[in-house]
Amino acid sequence: MGQHTVTSFDEDLDAIDGLIHDMGDLAGAMVAAAARSLVTSDAALAQRVVSDDALMDAHQRELDDRAITLIAKRQPVAQDLRFVVGAIRMAADLERIGDLAKNIAKRVGAVGEGVAPRELSHSIEAMAQAVMVQVGAAVARYEARDAEALMRLRDDDEKIDVQYTAAFRELLTYMMEDPRNITACTHLLFCAKNLERIGDHVTNIAENAYYVLTGRQLPLNRPKHDETALTVEPD
Amino acid sequence: MTTNARTEATPMHMPAERIVPQSDLYETPSSTVRTPDAEPRPARIVARKVNVFYGAKQALFDVSIDIPERAVTAFIGPSGCGKSTFLRCLNRMNDTIEGCRVTGTIRLDGADIADPALDPVELRARVGMVFQKPNPFPKSIYENVAYGPRIHGLARARADLDAVVESSLRKAGLWGEVKDRLNEPGTGLSGGQQQRLCIARAIAVSPEVILMDEPCSALDPIATARIEELIDELTQNFTIVIVTHSMQQAARVSQRTAFFHLGNLVEEGPTDMIFTGPLEKRTQDYITGRFG
Repeated sequence: MGQHTVTSFDEDLDAIDGLIHDMGDLAGAMVAAAARSLVTSDAALAQRVVSDDALMDAHQRELDDRAITLIAKRQPVAQDLRFVVGAIRMAADLERIGDLAKNIAKRVGAVGEGVAPRELSHSIEAMAQAVMVQVGAAVARYEARDAEALMRLRDDDEKIDVQYTAAFRELLTYMMEDPRNITACTHLLFCAKNLERIGDHVTNIAENAYYVLTGRQLPLNRPKHDETALTVEPD
Repeated sequence: MTTNARTEATPMHMPAERIVPQSDLYETPSSTVRTPDAEPRPARIVARKVNVFYGAKQALFDVSIDIPERAVTAFIGPSGCGKSTFLRCLNRMNDTIEGCRVTGTIRLDGADIADPALDPVELRARVGMVFQKPNPFPKSIYENVAYGPRIHGLARARADLDAVVESSLRKAGLWGEVKDRLNEPGTGLSGGQQQRLCIARAIAVSPEVILMDEPCSALDPIATARIEELIDELTQNFTIVIVTHSMQQAARVSQRTAFFHLGNLVEEGPTDMIFTGPLEKRTQDYITGRFG
């Protein structure tokens, strides 16, 4: 991408790019910490995720302000316009990822009482690992301006959906085995759902980033494998 | 192409339905990157392989384009890119420039405008022009508008002429401001009013096409907004080609945009597409302010 004749235009765009980068890093860290605090019942780590969310919100507000000001001042078109509008939308998705990570962290206390969560959360651990990788990759691929990788990343969400279905079934099994697990497993079920939602936001980010880079929208239909709506009881 | 396309049977202005919608534009070999409209309109002006030379210097290279009817086509590009030169070809204004030579064909409603049988004065009535600086005649407001219809014999009786003057001034959005002072000199109006007077003068002879060469560059933002509003309204009845240095203006008023650079037509396509995702890097660099 060449330089603008007006240098300060490039500086304004770079500032927005920097914020997207920071928010991406923070979102990845928050998801990782939330998942770890959940499986290790680490209340202090969970508390840090909760406080990080305030930082995420502050970043998003700053990005919104900068983007709106840039549109007012420069009337960007073509790639610049896609970049600015895409940044606003990606920031909204990253902020939601932060919220969902915070929600997972808030459940750590409730899950941890009485039952050893590690026993119950094998499938969640695997799922969290996959989601973490996705969150990190989305922003990294965007920064590398790699549209093809973003397209593949979107399709990878299918794997998370499959893992979510597996986690759902597994937790249902634990609850049927022993009703004392119900409280913990219900919270874990919400955590699994949150991770699945984070995967959806990563998909949004990948779609957005693809449009910013290429000017083309990805086709609407992509593989979907969340079957929990059809799952009544485990086989 | 028949040498005398217009016979007594055909009216001076061919109705839009008669214009052949088929176009060989996309089969014409050219370096231009083109994107058709989702629903293409019939072409009012068809230009093929137009070259313009000023003496030994070539100013325009093989420009081929269709100008769709009842729509606004914007020509954009840096200074000296040939956009105004091409605009001036469309009503043979280049004929008036010493040493200027034009090759290729330009057809208006299917008839070659270079046809020796075609009177350039009549052509310029059919393809009107509005210039960068408002240039009203040093006559009354009424006479500025009445002059064209009178010399072209479009209105003979005084009452007819009054009606043409009123309807033209109304279409130009000027009637309310000048109806009580039609006998005052046109040069006494404000810049924006003068420009709308020039537009009224251009539309008084019922042209098919109106060419606008940076019509707002001498106007303030409010007068500019009024002209842009007027352009929108005129699209109902007229085919408009506008040259503008303001890319935002091109984005606002036009349905199709053509980008010229160094005498070449680099890219043309629907305005929405040109300003959100142009295909050519040079177009992108120009509209985003990354040029040179």
